[in-house]
Parts: sequence; structure tokens; C-alpha cells
Amino acid sequence: MKKLLLALLLTFAGTAAAIDKAAVEKLATGDADQRSAAISALVAEADPRAVEVLGALAEGEMQTVAGKDGAQRVLIVKGEEAVDAVTGEKITPLPEEREDLIANNRLRGQVEGALAALKLLSPDRAARLKAVKQLAAGADEALLPLVQKALARETDAGIKPALELIAASLEMKSGSKEARIAAIQRLATSSSPNSRTLLAAAASDPDADIKYEAQKALREVQGRLAWGERAGLLFAGVSLGSILLLAALGLAITYGLMGVINMAHGELIMIGAYTTYAVQVAFRGSAWFDWYLLLAVPSSFAVSAAVGMALERSVVRWLYGRPLETLLATWGISLILIQSVRTLYGAQNVQVENPAFMSGGIEAFAGVVLPWSRISIIAFAALVLLGMWLLLTRTRLGLYVRGVTQNREMAACVGVPTGRVDAWAFGLGSGLAGLAGCALSQIGNVGPDLGQGYIVDSFMVVVFGGVGQLAGTVYAALVLGFANKLLESWSGAVIAKIVVLVFIIIFIQRRPQGMFALRGRSVEA
Amino acid sequence: MGTFSRLYGATGWLALGIAALVIFVLFPVLSLAVPPDSAFHVSSYWVTLLGKIMCYAIVALAMDLIWGYCGILSLGQGLFFALGGYAMGMYLMRQIGGEGQYQSDLPDFMVFLDWKELPWTWWMSDQFWWAMILVVAAPGLLAFVFGYFAFRSRVKGVYFSIITQALTFAAMLLFFRNATGFGGNNGFTDFKRILGFTIATPETRMALFAITGAALIGTLLLGRWIVTSKFGRVLAAIRDAESRVASCGYDTVHYKLAAFTLSAVLCGIAGALYVPQVGIINPGEMSPANSIEIAIWVAVGGRGTLVGAIAGAGIVNGAKSFFTQAFPEFWLYFLGLLFILVTLFLPQGVVGLARKLRRRWSGGAA
Amino acid sequence: MKRRMFIKQLALAASVAAIGMGSGSLHAQGKTVKIGVLHSLSGTMAISETVLKDTVLMAVDEINAKGGVMGHKIEPVVVDPASNWPLFAEKARQLLTQDKVAVTFGCWTSVSRKSVLPVYEELNGLLFYPVQYEGEEISKNVFYTGAAPNQQAIPAVEYLMSKDGGSAKRWVLLGTDYVYPRTTNKILRAFLKSKGVAEADIMEEYTPFGHGDYQTIIAKIKKFSSEGKKTAVVSTINGDSNVPFYKELGNQGLKATDVPVVAFSVGEEELRGVDTKPLVGHLAAWNFFMSIKSPANTEWTKQWAAYAKAKNIAGHKDKPLTNDPMEATYIGIYMWKQAVEKAKSFDVDKVRTAMAGQTFKAPSGITSKMDEKNHHLHKAVFIGEVKADGQFNVVWKTKGPVKAQPWSPFILGNDKKKDEPALMAEKKK
Repeated sequence: MKKLLLALLLTFAGTAAAIDKAAVEKLATGDADQRSAAISALVAEADPRAVEVLGALAEGEMQTVAGKDGAQRVLIVKGEEAVDAVTGEKITPLPEEREDLIANNRLRGQVEGALAALKLLSPDRAARLKAVKQLAAGADEALLPLVQKALARETDAGIKPALELIAASLEMKSGSKEARIAAIQRLATSSSPNSRTLLAAAASDPDADIKYEAQKALREVQGRLAWGERAGLLFAGVSLGSILLLAALGLAITYGLMGVINMAHGELIMIGAYTTYAVQVAFRGSAWFDWYLLLAVPSSFAVSAAVGMALERSVVRWLYGRPLETLLATWGISLILIQSVRTLYGAQNVQVENPAFMSGGIEAFAGVVLPWSRISIIAFAALVLLGMWLLLTRTRLGLYVRGVTQNREMAACVGVPTGRVDAWAFGLGSGLAGLAGCALSQIGNVGPDLGQGYIVDSFMVVVFGGVGQLAGTVYAALVLGFANKLLESWSGAVIAKIVVLVFIIIFIQRRPQGMFALRGRSVEA
Repeated sequence: MGTFSRLYGATGWLALGIAALVIFVLFPVLSLAVPPDSAFHVSSYWVTLLGKIMCYAIVALAMDLIWGYCGILSLGQGLFFALGGYAMGMYLMRQIGGEGQYQSDLPDFMVFLDWKELPWTWWMSDQFWWAMILVVAAPGLLAFVFGYFAFRSRVKGVYFSIITQALTFAAMLLFFRNATGFGGNNGFTDFKRILGFTIATPETRMALFAITGAALIGTLLLGRWIVTSKFGRVLAAIRDAESRVASCGYDTVHYKLAAFTLSAVLCGIAGALYVPQVGIINPGEMSPANSIEIAIWVAVGGRGTLVGAIAGAGIVNGAKSFFTQAFPEFWLYFLGLLFILVTLFLPQGVVGLARKLRRRWSGGAA
Repeated sequence: MKRRMFIKQLALAASVAAIGMGSGSLHAQGKTVKIGVLHSLSGTMAISETVLKDTVLMAVDEINAKGGVMGHKIEPVVVDPASNWPLFAEKARQLLTQDKVAVTFGCWTSVSRKSVLPVYEELNGLLFYPVQYEGEEISKNVFYTGAAPNQQAIPAVEYLMSKDGGSAKRWVLLGTDYVYPRTTNKILRAFLKSKGVAEADIMEEYTPFGHGDYQTIIAKIKKFSSEGKKTAVVSTINGDSNVPFYKELGNQGLKATDVPVVAFSVGEEELRGVDTKPLVGHLAAWNFFMSIKSPANTEWTKQWAAYAKAKNIAGHKDKPLTNDPMEATYIGIYMWKQAVEKAKSFDVDKVRTAMAGQTFKAPSGITSKMDEKNHHLHKAVFIGEVKADGQFNVVWKTKGPVKAQPWSPFILGNDKKKDEPALMAEKKK
């Protein structure tokens, strides 16, 4: 046992003895079943070199090369360094004609499971926890002895129950009747989808006792999972709502407050996303890569705001008071912006990678994983909203913007530079669109057409919430997000979208001012 | 006589006569009678291209009626156009008969979805007269119902534009669904016959071209007749000051509704003429971008001028056809720039510019 | 009004001709032949189609450098149908009647092909269609160089059913709601049933075009996969929707070792926009992968990289990628050249006859053959697993090229279909 622990600590222990040569060769040259058997053999050895070999196989670092005597030699290649997989001796120089050894899903799954099982015995709590989480998603029956051994040693209250569940799920498949019933009872306390799979199979067992127990347990597990699903739906709604909100916030200013129908709004979002991409490219390969968003967020705001202000000064300002004409001119602008991006970056999507802290997710409820990227976007939307509220209510610029949008002539009379305020306000709206683009780049594709998908939705949100009402925009985004997700789980995505649109149309016809009307008599434009 | 002179002056009628001559005599002769290798031969490409542009011109006229004269910017014209097209397309699909891939009486896509009989929406679709009724009734009814509620609740201006856009968008999603029963994304294609005539012959094509030309001239005259009538003057008054018109005792809802419905019907007719000529109808026609483009044709030509609408449809679509071939990578720049420049510098469109130039020219001469 | 416009158009056309002359003056002394390139360079499909235009142009440069086709320099006519289906028909007619092209390389979506098909049949043109599609069509005017369902979908599903593929027992058929996914899923459903998969073990789900929020769908897949045996997902999600789908898949922790996803529309180019580290092991089935090791492929990849650099093709000049439809395009243009040389004529009917049985050593390392009758290529099928760098590991391949079955035997009534296009005379009677 000690030896094994040591092995796990010293993964690069080059001094260790050679491992089963035949198994390694089978791993390299055998057919799928032989390779699978070879993996089992290597796991049983539990030798540090075996662990290293298996790890290399899963990571795609194994290669073969034809030796002098015609026999295949198996190498582990990490970057420019190669070692012999069997003996562990260093090989220099790197041979030329190497062939990749490919592990398909079946083998990789087996190796990953085995490695995780070996890690169950690690003294490092974090490593054990990780291993338990991995095995909870489903483990190979052959690992039962290892799991039981680990269970006997485990004392940590945070890990032991999970380990017991894993053991139970493995005993479910084999084991005596008593063991299986005990396992079923254990699994009844679980709330993992994997348990449901097992219990559902057992629920139609020929043995009446097992069947009864399994059905009872299944009901309990399903009940818990159903709650998880509901919570997941709620989260999906909030997430969609936050995305709609981000996409619509800029429009709430340019259209809601200033009355400019900016059809190029979607393209300002796209510019924000491409700015994020450009920043990310600059960071690629550096140690600071995970922090590129810190620069990308302000940059996407600044670039979109600059483009927006340029548009305002050059085109939009000549069209104030003629909203329908701005619609046409900004449509032209959007065509030009799309094509410019196509010329500059190509028609294909560009790759925006999530920083490490935003990939993956957290399992908040039974069987429901909340992706970090979506959680971050919800938080980001809230922050942007707060910032905007502070800007509009606590700063002089905000005061000017509100003044000019409420009564332009009067504002001008008391000395507000209306022209400049228009430019700033339009820049603010555009910058917010840029922020939306930065956020969207984390969950969707970044391509020239990115903005087109959001323009109709953004307008719906603003109009539904009530033009000129920032609070309305927030509520509208959330309501539409929820409605969409709720309907989608019943009727499928297409019908959900149609129903929501029809609902908005009917709503606007009943209440043309949206959810929150401006108080007072509205004056006809 | 009175009506004649009310519609156009002598030069106007002369121009119209020449246009009619070109459409009904010159084109058919050049296309059918002149041998294909002659320099004067008009190929099927030009016939279908101009036929298509004339259909668009009808749509532009319909748009000009409600936007230029009544101030309603509907971004749902593409939907009405597509509905007319679909009504015609259903008939054309039934005309294929057993000649489809699956040799079934049902359209191919239904065989494919394992449907055993036609859904109720296809009732009577093999009858031409019923198709004609649908061409008018489907867009007309939808516009009437939608318009009634919208105008009654005083939805106007930008709001109206946005909810009509939402309507088109929703309809597009609906028609994209295969389960809706109109061929999904592929829509209808591969038509064989219309009224028993094979579609892909030069003669049928020329006949469709001439009918479209007649429809265009008819729509122009109808539009002219409307805008010069009392009804048309009330529409213009609504555009300029709706509350004052209402105060004068006019029920503005009825006027707007009538104009909107008529415009939708005209779009439907244009769609019906369009489908047999281009050979395909699919939900892409309902995309919001298409409807915005229709507004742009009118803006480019000049709002509130009718002739301008035709000119705009011709210029924008002509430019599109030309640039997509001559500068395939850059044509969007030209198109975008065209829209911006026209809205900024030609608020009255091309026709407005022409009028201004003529005025300046004749003013200088005087 | 009309006449004035017509004259204007004529004038424009004349000026285009003049421009064309200018650029073509290099070959002025030699003979030239025009070919059409009908791929969307703007609109929603530009993302996929633009690169095929460049592939054609690369092949043309290469052929011209070696003396052209039968001593004729090829002059490509590039048009932009802008992802607009009626415009596809218009441009096709323009290429055939105005430019009089000898052959056209083009189309991606089925609807664009359906839109131009009547035009090619009416004017007896020749179209090479380079994308995998749903089958159910053979036209004498089209050569299909992409895969039919039996050259892509069915082998992939068979692989997943095998022990190596994970012995999948439950199936999620997930697609965008249009004809290719619908047909493919219909065929697969029939195929799965024939293999004894119960109705309850198949879930079919469609999303609209451009769908960007896959939270609900993935939750559904998770639930479905936890309700029984080993589950696999067959994805026919189209174009842009793949990026949000795969990002969500990665973030929600649905791993390939648990629920593998095999895709038929996801290749190197689509994965360009995704961080593939969480997606390692998910699968794609194609007739070509960029990572295939063969001397022909190494050469081809080098050539493309050099061409992208020389022509400054955005995206590809920094990170050149090749994919299956590019290979199919490339095969198509060379086969056409060979057929022309065999027929000693550019005449469509003669070239068509000469195309039958034409072979070409494709970059995939396989010698592809144009079927003698059904206008489809015989192609080898490869199944690849996504690697962390966005490329694919080939984990399975067919022993040799597979003959296409455009009329899938899994669709009722297709057994009576002839495996060759109806000729005009027969059709008219």
C-alpha cells in the first residue's frame, strides 16, 4: 500500500522498475479488446510507471516508433522529450517517424476511471474529492475492490457518503441479494442521475423484493431530481433574462431615451465581441491569459462606444426627430459593419476561449450543473445595471442625459450642451452594447452575423418594458427570459419563441406603452 | 375623361404608353421572335430578372401607399408578399401531380413526412380560382385583423413598425417548422405547370412577364387614383396630423385600416406573380431584413411619389444584381453606403432629386 | 421608365464585360473556358461557403499553372448569391445564359440546390455539389461529391452501437429543423428500429435556425440519458448553432465518455470558434479529416496554407484549416477536368457521359470513384474524435470506398427507385 502511495506522489519517478512489457505492447498494437485488457493489467500493477503510461495514453502523449529489429517501441512524448514507456529510459534524440497512439472514448473512459480509483487512496483530500466526483458519474464494476478498500480507509465526512454511494452503485450490478437490497436502500438517499439509471434498471428486476425496494427508492430519487430540474429551469430563465438584458440595455438608452432606432445595435454588440477576441489573441500564450477579461471588458466598451459616437456625429445626428429615417440609415451602417468585419477577420467564426475560472460549472442541485460562464454573466449584468443606474442618477452627465431626453429645448436654454450630450449618450448606449458583446462571446459564437440574432429580441425587450423606462427593460428581460424557458421545456424551442412573440404583439396592442408607461399625458409625436 | 387627366398629364400617359409598349411588344418580340444568337435577343435571364423586379415594384408601390401617403411604416410587407406567394405556391405544388420524386398525389415533402392526406390548410388548393381567392384573402384578412386591433389601440409610428416586424419574424419561425405543413425551410420548388402550361418555356415565362407588367401598371394607376381622390387626401392628412383629422370628425382607424389592408392585398398579388417566375417560395421571404429592404426601396426612390417607389425597387434590385456579380466581396459596402447617403442627402429620394434638378434647370432657363 | 432602366442595365453589363476583358487580357492569345462559382459570400451561409470559393480558385490557379484544361485557361466567374435562395436561382440563370459557363461549382444548403435545380435542368447546365446531404435526389445535371446518408450517418451510428463506440442503446436525435436533419433522422430512426431499438429509447428534438440557447435541450438530454441504458447523441445541428451547443455541453460537464455526441455538420472549420478542451472525445463522421495521415493530404494542406497566405485569406492565413466540403470541391473540379479531357469537349452531355467511372486520388488518401450511374462519389467513411487542439483523431474507418445510396433503403418506397437519373427524353414522355 505504501508503495502505491509513493508512486502516486512521484509520478515522474524514473528510477522505478520496468513494468509489464507485454501489457504495454498489447496497449500499443492489440485490437480494442486486448488494449482494454492491457489497461486492466496495468491498473492491477498499480506501479508508478503504469500510472504514468495510462495517464499518457489518456492525454494522447503515447507514440510508437519502429525499432531497429522491426519491433514496435512505445514512447511517451511530452513536448520535445521522449521516454521509453516500458523501461522509462530517456530517448535522445527524438526519433523521426513516430505514430500517434490513439485512445478512443472507451479506452479513455476506462483509464480515467482507473486513475480516479487509484487516487481514492491519495493522502491529499482535494485529489480524493475530485476522484470521488469523477467516479460518481459512473464507474467500472472492476473497480469495486479498490473502492471498498478506499471506503475502509476513508474518514473524511465530506467524502465518505459519496464513496459509499459509489460502492453501492457498484454492488447493485453484482453482489448477493442482501447486498443489492442494502445498496438500493443506500442509493435511495442519493440524488445523482446515475442512481436513477441504476434504480430504474432494478425496478424491473425479476426478484420481487428487489423490485419493490428499487421502485420505492426510485420514487425518492426522482422526487429530488425533479426539484433539481425545476431549479435548473429557474436558472436557465434568469440566465436568458440576463443575456437579453445586456443586449437590450444599450438599446434602452439609444432608442428608449434618445428615440434613435438603431438597427446597427446588433453590430455594436458584435464589435464588442470581436474586441474581446482581439484582446484575447494578444494575451494568448501568456501567463496572464486567465485575466484577459479584465482588459477585454473596458476595451469592448471603449471600442463600441467610439464607433457609436462616430456614427452619431457623422450620421445619426442629422436625423434626430425622423426616427424612421434613422432606421434605414442605421440599417445601411449595419450592412457595412458586417461586411467590414468579414473582410478583416474572415466570414468564419473566431475562437474566444473562456478563462479557466469561467469554464466548467458547479453542481448546485441534484443533477443540475450551473456553468460558471452563465453565473458570471448574471453577475456581470447586475454590475452593469448598477453602474448604469449610478451614472444616470449620480453624475452630471446622467443629469444632462435625462434632461435632454425629457425636454431638449428647455435643457438647451439652461445651458446644457445638447449636441455633446447626445454624442455621449449614444456612446454610452453603444458601449453597453459592446459589453453585451464581451459577455456573449463567452457563451455563443463570435462571427460577423452575431448581432443579427439579437436585434429583434432587443427591440422586443425595450418595447415590452416600456420605452424610456430602464426599470421596465429589466423586468421585461427577466419576464421574457422566464417565459421562453418555461414554454421551451413544454413545447420545444420553436413554438416557445413564436408564442412569446405573439404574446408581445398582443400585449403591445393592449398596452402600447409597454409594461411601465411614462406617467402623465403622452404628447403625440 | 376627368379621371384620366386627374391621374396623369399628357407626358405621364405618354411615358406609360411607352412602358406598356416595351413590356407588351418589344420584350416579347426580342425574346421570342429574335433568334437566340442574335445580339438583340433578350435571354431568359433578363426576362426573369425584370419580371422579378416588377413584382418588387408592386410591393414598393403598396409600401408607398401606406408609408409615403399615410405615414405607417409597416415592416410586415414581406409577410404579406410571402403569403400571396405561398397561396400561389400551394396551387403550383398540386399542379406537379404525380410527377414529383415520389410519384404521389401529395407534394413530395408531405410524402416525406409520412403524411397520408392533405392538411386542412390545403383544402381546394388544386383549384386555380381558390388559389386566387387565397392570394387576396390570406394577406388581406391578416392585415385587416392585425390592423384593426393595432389601429384601434392607437399603436403608431415606431411601435407599429416594431410589432409588424415581430409578426413577420414569428410567421417566419412558424413557416420554418416542417410540422406547419408548408415545406419548412425548403418551401416550395420544382414547379412544373401553371394552368396546364409548362412553366419552364419561354412562352409561359413571357406571359407571366406580361401579366406582371400589366399588374404593375394597374397598381400604379390604382395608386394614383387613390392618392388623388378624397380618400387619399384624408390619408395624407392623417400622416401629417392625425389628431386634427380625428377632431374634424373622421374616423382615422377606418382610413388607416383600409389603406393597410389594400397594401397587404397588393403585396399578396405581387407575391403570387413572383413565385412562378423565380421558381421558389420559402420562409426566407419573411425575414425581417427583407421587409426593411422594401422600405428602403421606397426611401431610395422617394416617398409619396409612387413613380419613385418603382424607381427605387428598380435601382436597388438592379444594383444588387449587378454588384453581386461585379464585386461579389464588396457589394454590401455599396448597398449600405447607398442607404446612408440617400437618407442623409436625398430625403425625397431619387425622384425628389430629379424634380429639384428639373426645377433648377427650368428656373435657370426662365 | 422601364426602357431607360433596361438601357442602364445594358450599359452596366457592357462595363462589366470591359472590366472582365481587362483582367482576362493575360490569356487573350490563348483560349479560355468559363466556370461558375456559386457560393454565398455574405449572409448566414457565408461562414461555411466562403472558403469553398477560395478552394475552387486555388484549384483553378493550380490547373492554369499546369496549362489549363485541354489547352484552355479556366476563367472563374464568382458571384455572390448572398444566402438568398431565389437569388441563387437568378445567379444560376445568369451564369448559364449570360456568362455561358461550362460548369458550376456551388451551393451548400439543400434549399439552395433545390432552388437552382430547375434552372440547371431547363438549360442543361452542369453543377457540382460538394456537401453532405440528405439524398432523395438524383439529377442528370448535378454531380454530388459530398456524402449521402449511407456514407456518413449510418456508419457513425453503427460505430456507436459497437463495443468500441461504447455500445449505445438509447439515442437522442438532435437537429436544426430543416430537411437535412429531418431526413437523416428519419433514415436513422428506421435503421435503429431495424436493429431492435425501441421507440421509447429514441428522442427526437429540433431547434430553429440560429438557436443560441441550449440550456433546456442539454438538461433534457441529461435527463433522458439518466433514465436508462448508455445514451448517445446524434447531432445534425447546423452552422452557427454548433458553437453555443458545444460551449454549453462543455460547461455543463456532459463528457464524451458518458454521453458521446456524434455530429455530421461539425468539422475543423466549425470547431474553429470553440474551445475544444472540454469536448475531447466527441465525434464527427466525415469522408475527410484534416488530420488524416497521407502524403496526398500533407501536400494538399501545405498547398492550401501557402495559397491562403499568398491570397491573404482572412482567418486562414494565420490558421489554415481544411475540411470535408473543401476536399469534395477539390475532387469535383479535378474530376471535371479529367472528364473534359476524356470527352475532348466542354459539351455538357459529353462531359456527363465521361464523368461515369472517373477516379481521382483524393487528399484523404483514398481513390474516389464517380459512380457509373448515380452521379455520386464512392467515398470512404472516417469517424474522428475531437482532440484538444480542434483537430480529429480518426478512430474508425471503412475498409474502402462505399457506394452512395441516394435513395436510402430505410425510406419506404425507395426500393422501387432507379439508381440513376431519368433522362430528359424519358421525363418528357
